[in-house]
Amino acid sequence: MNKFLRNAGVAAMALGVAASASALSLNGAGSTFIYPLASKWFYEYNQNTGVEINYQSIGSGAGIKQLQAGTVDFGASDAFMSSEQISQTPGGNVLNLPATMGAVVIAYNVPGVDTGLHLDGKTLAMIFMGDITNWNAPEIAAMNPGMSLPNLAITIVHRADGSGTTNIFTNYLTKVSTEWAGTVGTATAVKWPTGVGAKGNEAVAGVVRQVSGAVGYVELAYVIQNKMTYAFMKNRSGHFVEPSIDSVSKAADGALATMPDDFRVYFTNAKGAESYPICGFTWFLVPSHFSDPAKGKAFVDFLNWSMDQGQKEAPSLNYAPLPDSLVSKIKDKIATITY
Amino acid sequence: MIIPTAPVRARTDLIMRGLCWAAMALALVPLISLLYLVVSKGLHRFDLDFFMHVPRPVGIPGGGMANALVGTLVLVLIASLFGMPIGVAAGLYLAEFGGGRFASAVRFWADVLTGVPSIVTGIFAYDILVKPMHSFSALAGGFALGTMMIPIIARITEEVVRLVPVSLREAALALGIPKWKSIIHVVLRTAMSGVATGLFLGATRVASETAPLLFTSFNNQYWNTSLGQPTASMTVQIFTYAISPYEEWRDMAWTGALVLLIIVLLASLASRLTLSKNRGANL
Amino acid sequence: MTGSAPVNSAKNDTIGAIKAGPGGFAPGLGAVRNPGDKIFRAILAAAAASIPLLAFAILAMLFVSSLPVLNQTGIYFFVRKEWDPVAQQFGALAFAYGTLMTSLIALLVAAPAGVGIALAITEFSPLKAREWAAWIVETLAAVPSVIFGLWGLFVLAPFLHQYVDPLLMRVPGKPFFAGPDTGLSLFTAGMVVAIMILPTVMAVCREVFNAVPNSLRESALALGSTRWEAVRLAVLAPSMPGIIGAVILAMGRALGETMAVTMVIGNAPQIVSNLLGPADSLASAIANQFTEATSDMHLSALTALGFLLFGITMVLNIVARLLVWAVARRMQHVAVK
Repeated sequence: MNKFLRNAGVAAMALGVAASASALSLNGAGSTFIYPLASKWFYEYNQNTGVEINYQSIGSGAGIKQLQAGTVDFGASDAFMSSEQISQTPGGNVLNLPATMGAVVIAYNVPGVDTGLHLDGKTLAMIFMGDITNWNAPEIAAMNPGMSLPNLAITIVHRADGSGTTNIFTNYLTKVSTEWAGTVGTATAVKWPTGVGAKGNEAVAGVVRQVSGAVGYVELAYVIQNKMTYAFMKNRSGHFVEPSIDSVSKAADGALATMPDDFRVYFTNAKGAESYPICGFTWFLVPSHFSDPAKGKAFVDFLNWSMDQGQKEAPSLNYAPLPDSLVSKIKDKIATITY
Repeated sequence: MIIPTAPVRARTDLIMRGLCWAAMALALVPLISLLYLVVSKGLHRFDLDFFMHVPRPVGIPGGGMANALVGTLVLVLIASLFGMPIGVAAGLYLAEFGGGRFASAVRFWADVLTGVPSIVTGIFAYDILVKPMHSFSALAGGFALGTMMIPIIARITEEVVRLVPVSLREAALALGIPKWKSIIHVVLRTAMSGVATGLFLGATRVASETAPLLFTSFNNQYWNTSLGQPTASMTVQIFTYAISPYEEWRDMAWTGALVLLIIVLLASLASRLTLSKNRGANL
Repeated sequence: MTGSAPVNSAKNDTIGAIKAGPGGFAPGLGAVRNPGDKIFRAILAAAAASIPLLAFAILAMLFVSSLPVLNQTGIYFFVRKEWDPVAQQFGALAFAYGTLMTSLIALLVAAPAGVGIALAITEFSPLKAREWAAWIVETLAAVPSVIFGLWGLFVLAPFLHQYVDPLLMRVPGKPFFAGPDTGLSLFTAGMVVAIMILPTVMAVCREVFNAVPNSLRESALALGSTRWEAVRLAVLAPSMPGIIGAVILAMGRALGETMAVTMVIGNAPQIVSNLLGPADSLASAIANQFTEATSDMHLSALTALGFLLFGITMVLNIVARLLVWAVARRMQHVAVK
């Protein structure tokens, strides 16, 4: 078997070399949040142009770190880079370009409870702080009359790695719970009061599915893909909203009015009757200057493609397409990239 | 005259012996469970696509782990390129000139290095190659694996070469062959099957490693054609797919595990057979 | 093996009395003036030297990279509970706890089981079955860690979570199994590692038991002992240091186990007596956080964890070697009697 594989491997490599002799390849790393969509984009772009964009979903925090270390050409993150972080990259300047928007969904595994559990920010914070430890707690029951909640211990599942998803989630909790703001705060990696850690959106989804009584925060695409059960969150206007592309877009509409020039803003707990309260951008972290002109041109090409063709594919994968007005602003920014 | 054993002692005898056999059976349960799991789940995607194609995004059928297979081969090749010669040479030194304190120190450090967790070797390779090169690379991954190979191969080579009888060496010298020639042409040649087994074991052992590759060779969705770029590998890909929430990826993780297991078990079986043949020949 | 007849060769090289020295060659031969010999020996020596050099290089690199966090926190780093990447406060204790507890659980299970299996193979089995029985258990050793992790994650963890943990939680008065149990826990990790180190314990014990001369066993049987008593008196008793050596060797492997542990331990750096809850280990912390350490201090802290791991395995290695060597000497004395 070994020899067969070796011979096959050599043949394959020879073919591989021949086929991609002229193939340009770029390396990127970061957000797991955007992974299902980004990998589709890169695959299709590769089919069209032959350019290989190798993206590893190791977490937003890791993406930022590797960009700073210069081991990747670009990053992707659900937490925008701070000015300090940007200054520590090889080129000294990085553009945060919104690529898509997604919802952070509260997924749970509670026997007898289907999708649609009503939760609000304060209760959610209490659960994740370990103040509420059982599914039949009065706070949860109060919002869900008519639902029979079992006597089951709550197991929190959070991210073990530095994550932009965590950032969006904790950003929301900080806004709605003064206790959370005081004890835990907002960051890509926080000191969790309780719970089990898993690596990546993928793993959190995996663990929640496995452990009865588990609850975790996961990106919408993963939840839909895996047919998980999830909660409807109470938004600022008092309505319980289902996470969906629509409710994310509604939330973003509100944010457009006050969008800063460099696109670095969070729109959790947004205004609007139909806005979903826990959502955010995923940004591509792109150096403003590429030292390799071939790479620079290829990636700029890709970015423009993602703004046109790419956005059209977002809904099929449960990501919200960017509003048109925003897209034209982003394209203007893309045009400033030099190589 | 047969003195009957007191019933308490006879019972203890049976219980303790029974416990030992129970332990044996207990060790077999996870092994059988594991084999059953890997085979039954791995067969599902054991198809041509798996061996011919690179990974595809979720929702698009026909993806495979072909690049990971080749990647592991490439990494083991790089590791072997410097790991094997240095390991064999070191083992030869220990066997042929290995009496003094220097040799004892070498043996001690070889044992320490074989016991060190492979993730530490990964950190080392990251500091030495990835940071300065500003890139994850197949080279860094191969380097990490190669440094792990050296002490393993050195120790096995030493053991095997020591088994070559003195009479053979003396005969070579009696014919007037210089010592260094006799080591290569007579001693090493005689021990060759054992040494080859050692090389084989060293290669399979590093092929099974995951941790050191996580931050050296990283991972790659495409065919990798450059040593200075990240490359896919069986172990890392299996790990990545296993913790993913997608059914189709988890299926491929099992198939990857099945392929890896087949390779490793075959190698282990082969080494056992050649080693026992070797032992027999030298008695 | 020793002789004293001088041998003359046609090539005028004078060879003195041939007595087997280290490495199998007559010592006088080293003095033969063949330049090829000197060069060859130098090359081999250089290759051999690469091993301690490598070890020192790794140690040096680990130490230098650990300096930033050690400068900040001092030696206290190694016994500190805090692990807060946000506040940049790091300490190794929670991970050391996870590593040690996992290994302890693994050893408590694997040591008696390994000794039992080794006994079953060496003492209670028919001769022909022995090689193959040993091979079957050693196959476990050949299985890559990541596959054990897969099995642990998808088979063992749910199994323990569903059937075993509830039973354990009923055991009265023990803080160890207080629950809640998450399936991914110290206990699960310990069990997976136990199965992984079982072959190590078994293989070394086999060597040790085989080294016990038959005369001892026969004497015990001649005095009327049962088979088990013969084993207890004649094999286990004198082999104790060797068994301990085997256990320590296995502990070294358990401490360093990375992938399988990472997948089932739950990744929560905390120190609690509840074994059924999640924890974290030195190796899995490094595996999880290395590529995403967002600050240099964080990276330095992780490298310091690696340094600690290297140190622990080195010390264990020394202790194990001494013990196995001690038992070999003991056996020689016994055999001479």
